[in-house]
This record gives sequence, structure tokens and C-alpha cells, in this order.
Amino acid sequence: MKRTWKVQLWRRTIMGVVALYLLLPLYSMFDFSTKPFGFADNGRTLRAWKVIPSQPDLGVAIARSLITAGIVMLLILVMIVPTVIWVQLKLPKLRRPLELLCLLPLAIPAIVLVVGIAPLYRWISINLTESPITLAGVYSMLILPYTYRSLSAALDAVDIHTLAEAAQTLGASTFRMISGIIMPTIRTGIINGSFIAIALVLGEYTISNILNYKTIQVVIAQIGRSSGNVAVAVSLASLIFVLVLLLLVPSAKRRQEVLDVDLA
Amino acid sequence: MSHISEPGAGSAIGRAGSRYWRGKTSYLGALPFILFSGLFLLYPTYNVISGAFKNQQNKFSLSVINETLHSPITMGAFRNSLSISLRTAIAGSILGGLFAWALVTGKKKGFLYKISVALSSVLAQFGGVMLTFAFLATFGFNGVVSSLALHVAPNSFLASSTWLYGLNGLTVVYTFFQIPLMILVFLPTIENLRPQWREASDSLGGNSREYWTKIGFPVLTPSFAGAALLLFVNSFSAYATAATLINLSSFLTPLQIASALSSEVGGANPAEAKALSLLMVVVVTVVMILYSLLRRRVSKWEANR
Amino acid sequence: MSDSPYVQLLDLAKQFGKVRALDGLTLNIAQGELVALLGPSGCGKTTALRSLAGLQELDRGQMIVDGKDVTFQNASKRGMGMVFQAYSLFPHMTAGENVEYGLKLKAHKTAADKRRARSAELLEIVGLSSHRNHYPHQLSGGQQQRIALARALAISPKVLLLDEPLSALDAKVRTQLREEIRRIQLELGTTTLFVTHDQEEALSIADRVGVMRNGQLEQIAAPAELYDRPSTSFVAEFVGLTNPITGSVSGGSISILGKTLKTLPGSVTSGEGIALVRPESIRVKSSASGTARVFSTSFLGASCRLMVTLSDGTRITVQMPSSESIGLTAGESVELSVLDMPVFVKSAA
Repeated sequence: MKRTWKVQLWRRTIMGVVALYLLLPLYSMFDFSTKPFGFADNGRTLRAWKVIPSQPDLGVAIARSLITAGIVMLLILVMIVPTVIWVQLKLPKLRRPLELLCLLPLAIPAIVLVVGIAPLYRWISINLTESPITLAGVYSMLILPYTYRSLSAALDAVDIHTLAEAAQTLGASTFRMISGIIMPTIRTGIINGSFIAIALVLGEYTISNILNYKTIQVVIAQIGRSSGNVAVAVSLASLIFVLVLLLLVPSAKRRQEVLDVDLA
Repeated sequence: MSHISEPGAGSAIGRAGSRYWRGKTSYLGALPFILFSGLFLLYPTYNVISGAFKNQQNKFSLSVINETLHSPITMGAFRNSLSISLRTAIAGSILGGLFAWALVTGKKKGFLYKISVALSSVLAQFGGVMLTFAFLATFGFNGVVSSLALHVAPNSFLASSTWLYGLNGLTVVYTFFQIPLMILVFLPTIENLRPQWREASDSLGGNSREYWTKIGFPVLTPSFAGAALLLFVNSFSAYATAATLINLSSFLTPLQIASALSSEVGGANPAEAKALSLLMVVVVTVVMILYSLLRRRVSKWEANR
Repeated sequence: MSDSPYVQLLDLAKQFGKVRALDGLTLNIAQGELVALLGPSGCGKTTALRSLAGLQELDRGQMIVDGKDVTFQNASKRGMGMVFQAYSLFPHMTAGENVEYGLKLKAHKTAADKRRARSAELLEIVGLSSHRNHYPHQLSGGQQQRIALARALAISPKVLLLDEPLSALDAKVRTQLREEIRRIQLELGTTTLFVTHDQEEALSIADRVGVMRNGQLEQIAAPAELYDRPSTSFVAEFVGLTNPITGSVSGGSISILGKTLKTLPGSVTSGEGIALVRPESIRVKSSASGTARVFSTSFLGASCRLMVTLSDGTRITVQMPSSESIGLTAGESVELSVLDMPVFVKSAA
């Protein structure tokens, strides 16, 4: 596109405005969390931050959220991914229904889903266990649209039928074929889909709040009711944490470079 | 593909029956997922939707729906929800769309591009609770902007911070996560706007305005509209931000649902919750259908690549 | 070694909706033989191959390999090595790892050092030892197919199955690679079934070529016999070029171009017939009184191809050694003569 000065001006203005909109609250979090509060401080302080580890419930909530995320990851790897692959390979008639099923959560907001899941949750907590299993189960449904999209995009890019047949003729069992050949091939799609899932689980509030299950977000809100500074500090901390994570796994997103090829 | 091997079987004639079943065993592979989603997705959905049509005696009745939908609280909350969703969808899509354009016209895959995409991915998922605190830190009591406003313009709305707890405040807060979402959703489309089209238009004598009005916008519009619809649904379904920021349960439909579920004020009313949920599902489904229709149109064009 | 053929395909039938991909195909392959299945797309050759591999279920028929009925056996247990047309190398593994893959599986489980030796051996055979640690996307199409071949051979398969392995490659690579495949196949003595739609490919490397049409085998014979003595008009016209020349048939011969030629079995026996004459069976000589005229000439290096218009307007193709066609130019009158060889005659209807 032509880079006339007019275009450049527009570009800079827009990017400036949007950047301001997005970065201002982030900066404010930083500023607010280091503001003096309480009676003993003058000027900037890291007190809000230092208090974080001693927050009641926070440690437990972090553990719970991580465990829930872990269960969701397990469900993705052991149930969702193999099913999507299986349908792609052997059940072409189910492709469209599966796609629709995976898009259904988009039409069912979390707040509505929790209305429907409440009786089941109650039953499971009373009769089985209070653990995050139900929550993980619901979450794995919530992430379906995004995870499915990642997976199906990755599957479309590769001819898994030929790979599957090649593996088969060489003697691979169905299990080995899916886990050892197909899944590594769509590795990027699985990783991307998992990332979105984990982000969603760690950031989820609606369902856990209404079901009264103390996850990270629920506890942050709780802290917020008593101490704004600390809540802001915790929020900023989690944001930084996620950003660092995202930067640490860039290779997952990078596509393989195609190097020069020498002729046969 | 056969899963069962029977060595030394002889001629295949007459085995048609067992061959049929052999093909069907593949479906077993999908069974765990079907059961799981049945339990955690289909059952709750059915529960909600069918429950909306039941009365106290558990018989089919439209009374609950009628009652709920006609109550002034519901109407008020629904109007607010629609209003916010509409405004944030428009604001988010315009700002996000423009930003996406600005990104694409810059250096391809440059540092700015990469960091914008990364940041957008994170911010789009930024939990509603944390988002609320971010804005409270900015515009709330003792916030960065509100403190500044107190010194500079003490009579403006920015100085008092009560505006944050209203419709306008929510709109501003919601737009914060709408923008990155728009960027992520719209960027691929705008990247696909082929430079050859611009060149063709230029070589045929068209100027910038003509290019955009005759080629650029028409091509981008379906995608843009689709993305805006997504933003609408995103905003409409949101709960966390509102729940953290606003205490009035009758302010938005999701808040209304939540209060109908809890037994704080005068007993829980699950039936009402279900009726309201049905309302939400209908709205969201209609919008998603529109969205998919638009997507289909776009993918037909993209199929010609 | 038993008397019966190593591979037997008996009366295979498979229908897809209304289409009969296989319609009673019967075919034998001797041990160590390379049989090519040749035919236009849709003739069923790929379906036959995939059925033998176990990737395609049959409606009817039986398949026996090395005395064992494999008709209902799982593809992963048949011990066949298959080379696909393209994209069959596992992208997340190096060439070496791809080749060793089959040996890691239960069916052919081999110790790590022996695996290494075997894969080195095969990489050597296909000439890609230096590319052991390269990933598929770093290899050219031809190289990828060679690795695919090495991978299939690593498990010492009973039968090697090749599904149009060269179709996706450049012409020059194709010619080179098909010679390689034949050389390796002969060296290792592997029984091989090779599917292709390219008749030059089939004729140049196979021990026997089976021409298929509409799910059935039209003729299976050694390349030369297929070419010189086609048993149906389809085979005659599909394999190599033919010139349709009309003449009348009687008593097992047809007279065309001033000569009486014997008709091959399967030909029309009386009345008007169209003889399918090979371009190289016709000779052209410059002659002022000739009834035919040269239309155009095409210099192909060792040979020359001429288009000649006959007195009745038919245009035929003639192929001659370049040395004999010197001086022949377009517009020149020529005299035609045909070699005294039996010819296939199809009906004029």
C-alpha cells in the first residue's frame, strides 16, 4: 500500500489512540498498585505486592485453578484431539455434526450454561466429590469452539489420510498411528488450541463464581472487596505471568521454514 | 476399514452382513466424546431450554416466560444489555478494524506487528474481574485519571468516577476487550486484501477514495460485519466484568440471571433464570446464524484463491 | 517355494455407489516379479492395489499372498510395503527416522543398532545416505519418494506396492527414478505391483503389464507382446500410438496400403475393418507418382515423425529413423509401404 504522508499520519494517529486506550489501564494498574495506602506509608510502596503471598485463599485458589487447567488439558489430549482426528479419518459423515457441536458453546453463554449445570454440579458434589472435575468438564465444553478451530485448521493443512495409511501399512496400530504420527503432525494446532483453553480456564469467573468454587478470579474479586490495591496488584501479576508464558513459547507459533532444496 | 481379522476365511461372498457392522464399529471411537459432551453440554442446554417452558407443577407452560419477559426489570436489563452490546460492538469493530488496517499497512511481520498480535491474544482473554480492577485503577476512586482530573478539571465527569458504574462506564470497559478481539478476528481478512487489487485500481486511473469505496470496503464489509456480530455476542454474554463492577442485579440480563439463581434476596427462582437464559440463547443464536451466513459468503470469495 | 503364484487376486469386486471400480478382477503375480497395472483414471487399478494393501474393503473376492488368505486381514498385519503418490513421509521425523519407523513397531521390532544398520543400508541403496538427518520438507519430490521407497523396503515386505509413485514428479526425475525402482527391485528380488497411467513407465520397467478398463483386466502380458500383439482394440489404442486404416477383412487377413496383412486374434473376421497400424510399421518413400502427401515433419532426434495425408484424406502418423527421412518435406508426394506384421483390426462400426 502506498505510504504517502497522509496515510502515515492516519496510521500513527489510529495506532496512538488505540494503544493509549489499551495501555492506559495497564499502566494505571501498575501505578495504583504501588500507591501509598494504609497509615504507615509515604510515597511509592510495594506493600500491596508484598502482601500477595499472605492472602488467604489465594494459594489454594491458584492450586485449584491450575489443577482444573490440568484436567482440561488432559481432556483435550485424551478425548477431544483424538476424537477430532478420528472423525476426520474414519467418520466423514460426522464431520459437519461435530463442527456444529463444537460451535454450540458459542450460542450458550457461560451464564446460561451454569444455570443448566447447577443440578448436575450439586449431584456430583454431594454424591461423588467436591473436586474440580465438574468444572473441568464444563470448561472443556466452553473451549470447544476455539480448540476445534485450531485443530481443524491444522488438520486441513496436512493430508493425514495418506500419513495414516502409510503408518498402517508399515504395521502401526490405530493407537500408535494417532498418538505417534498424526498428533505430532498437528502439533501446532494442538498447542495453540491448548493455550487458548488454559487462558480461558485461568480467566474464568462466571461459572466458578456462581457455583461458589474458589478459583483465582473468584478470589481476586474477593480480595477486591476488601483491598483494592492488592486486587490490582494481583491482577497485574497474572497479566505479566501470562505475557511471559506467551513469550516463552514462541516456537509453537512459528511455522517451519522451508529451506532451499537441491534437486534429486 | 476392517478392525477384525479372520484368517483363512475363504470367499467373501455371503459376508455382507458382518461387513456392514464392521464398518460401523468405527463410530465407537467417537462415543466417549459424544457421551461427555452430552453430559456437560447438551444436558445443561436442554435443561435450561426445556425448563423455561415448565411451570411450578412441572408441566408445559408459557407462564414463566410470559411473566419474566413482561416484567419491567427484565425489559430494563435487556435494554441495557442490548445497548451496551451494540455500542461496544460498533466501537470495538471500528477501533479494532482501523488498528488492524494500520498494522497491515506497516512493516509486514515487523516488531510492532508481532507484539500487537501477542498483546491482543492476551488482552482478548483478560478476565473480566482483572479488567474491572484495571479500570478502577484508572477511573475509579483514587485512580490515575480520576486523580488527575480532580486537579485539572474538578467538575468534569472524570473527576467523580461514578460514571464508571453506569452504562457509559461499562461501555468503555467492555470496549477494552472488544478491540483486541476485533484485531485478532479481522486481521486475517485485511491481510487478504490483495495489493494487486489496489494496483489494478490505480493503473485503471482510480484514486484512493474510489479504491476504498468501490473495492476495499465492499470486499471487507461482510467480514467486518461478521466480526462486529461476534463482538456483539461477546459483549452480550459477558458477566464477570459487570458482576465485579456493578452491584445492581437488575442492570443487565446476565446479572439478572445470576441473582435469580442465588437465594440472597427472597429465595432462588430457577424458573426465572431459565426463562431469561432462553431469552439470551435466542438473541445469541439469531446473531450467530447471521454471522455464519456472512461467513459463508466470505469463504466463497476466499475459495477462489 | 510352492507351485502356485506368490500373489493371487481372485475375482475382486468393489462398487462405489453406481460405479463398479472392480468388476471381477483376477490376477497373479509370481515371486520376484514386477507387474504393472496400467489404465486410464477410473479403471480400478488403484482400487485393486489398495485392496491388496488392506486399505480398501472388497464386496467380493479373495486375495492370497504366499499361500495365506489375507482378504480379511488388517492392513497393519499384511506385511506389505507401500509407496504412495505424495505426502506420505512423516513430516516431524527425519529421513532416517522415517525409514526406521516400521522397524520400531511391534510387527517388525528390531533392536536400535540393527535398525540403524538396516536404515543405513537402505539409504545407501536409494542413494540418499547423506540426507539421513534431513526433514521431508528439506527434500525434493524425487528424494522424498526415494525415502518413501526405502521406508517401505525396510520392513522386508512380502509385496511392494507402488501407487503412481512418479506421477507428482518432473518428467526428467520420473525417468531416472523409474529406472532406480526397477534396479532396486531386481536387486532385492521383491515381488512388486506398480500402478500407473503412464504407459511408457509401465512398458519400460515391468516384467508383465496388465491393462485395465472398467474394473477388469483387458490383457496381461510382457511389454513387447502387449505392444506387438494386443488382444483388444482398447489395448492396441491405449498402449502406443496407432493409425486407424480402413480395409476389408477376409480369411484372417486385411488388405491395406497395397499389402495383405494377417489379423491378430480378437480382430474382426469379415467385412469392413479398421486396422490399427503402428507408426513405425509404415515406411515412406519419396515418389512423384505417390498418392500420399507429407503434411508435416517432426524431428525427434533419433527418429522422425511424419504426418502423411492419404489419398482418401485420412491423416496418419509415421515414425522412421531420421537417417531414412532425410529430404522429406511438407507437401512432397510419397509412396507408403507397410511392414509385413500381423495387425489388430477393430470393427468399422
